[in-house]
Amino acid sequence: MDESRPIFVQIAEQIENDIIDGTTAEESQVPSTNEFAAFYRINPATAGKGVNLLVDEGILYKKRGIGMFVAAGSRARLIAQRTDRFQTEFVRPLLAEAAKLGISSQQLADMITKEPSE
Amino acid sequence: MSIVIEARGLTKNFGKFTAVDNVSFTIEQNRIYGLLGRNGAGKTTIMQLLTGQDFASSGDIAVFGQSPVENANVLANVSFIKESQKYPDNFKAKHVFAAAPSFFANWSQELADQLIVEFRVPMGRDVKKMSRGQVSAVGVILGLASRAPITFFDEPYLGLDAVSRQLFYDRLLEDYAEHPRTIILSTHLIDEVSDLLEHVILIDEGRILIDSNAEDLRGSASTVVGKSRDVAAFVEGRDVIHRDGIGGLSSVTINGQLSQAERVAAVEAGLELVPVSLQQLIVRLSSLETSEGTVK
Repeated sequence: MDESRPIFVQIAEQIENDIIDGTTAEESQVPSTNEFAAFYRINPATAGKGVNLLVDEGILYKKRGIGMFVAAGSRARLIAQRTDRFQTEFVRPLLAEAAKLGISSQQLADMITKEPSE
Repeated sequence: MSIVIEARGLTKNFGKFTAVDNVSFTIEQNRIYGLLGRNGAGKTTIMQLLTGQDFASSGDIAVFGQSPVENANVLANVSFIKESQKYPDNFKAKHVFAAAPSFFANWSQELADQLIVEFRVPMGRDVKKMSRGQVSAVGVILGLASRAPITFFDEPYLGLDAVSRQLFYDRLLEDYAEHPRTIILSTHLIDEVSDLLEHVILIDEGRILIDSNAEDLRGSASTVVGKSRDVAAFVEGRDVIHRDGIGGLSSVTINGQLSQAERVAAVEAGLELVPVSLQQLIVRLSSLETSEGTVK
């Protein structure tokens, strides 16, 4: 766990990541709050807060007496959200560092093209 | 959420020394609390007062709405595992575990049996011949298996090795998840337990420095590192709790949550933001008071 941010946010992000990369399919069940708490060794209330964050956003939904499930369409919604944040969280710091080092936009573009993509 | 413990204006004097100084707080049901602070801060005294093992000089305590002193209704629902728990001289571990069920209404023999194996307690050995860690293991097992509605652990693991401490944290979380109850954990090993806690009460010199949700404390302080001039500009007007510097570089710890925009601004200004762990925050806040003699 990263010390600088609330754990429940990190739990929510971990679940989101699993949905985005397909580890957890839409309409499949996610682990229970107590399972998350035991796995990450955190307070169950904290784990519950992370799960509830995603319930509030409609990413997860509750089936009474059974557990939490991933809502249909969640993956596309999460990808759209993350794409919005990509500009501020990745592109801007990248440009700031490039400017500091005197790397021109052309050089930067070349570096990105040369980088083998997955 | 209902309140199980309420302390108001609690004070305890030992002669001229004030161990607990006009402290007020509440403990809510079925949460895990961390009662943290330096040696001699007053943690153990507070727990002794809450469990009726000592008398307050002034102030009120209500545990389940009643005074705990000489009150069987209250004490039957409380388990207090002390760092320096004494057992009768001729007791072996098996005697301790034979006696325990009669003290605790919710005692789980099944859990006790499991933990005795896991912690490798030598049942046939005299308690006074056990190692420090083995005595601590006996205490930890009593605390967990008692399943008391309120359980106090006062530095429960002196001498316990890293494997046993991890076992304690894991079993505590598991059993708490299945059988929610109020747990008050006093410890120096803040880094190890910080993720287990829902709420933190920090005591220093008999007074409360922090009484806050653990999640709100996490990320509530940051250390800003960079060129002194840039750091000074960034921390201007903020609550500075620690300063360090070498040559033209500064490292300043500020209290208060930073927004995403502020974080980006800091990085763009060439500053590095280092997260402050709960343990570091507590070290900073408790040393601040003593070194500067002021309360924040």
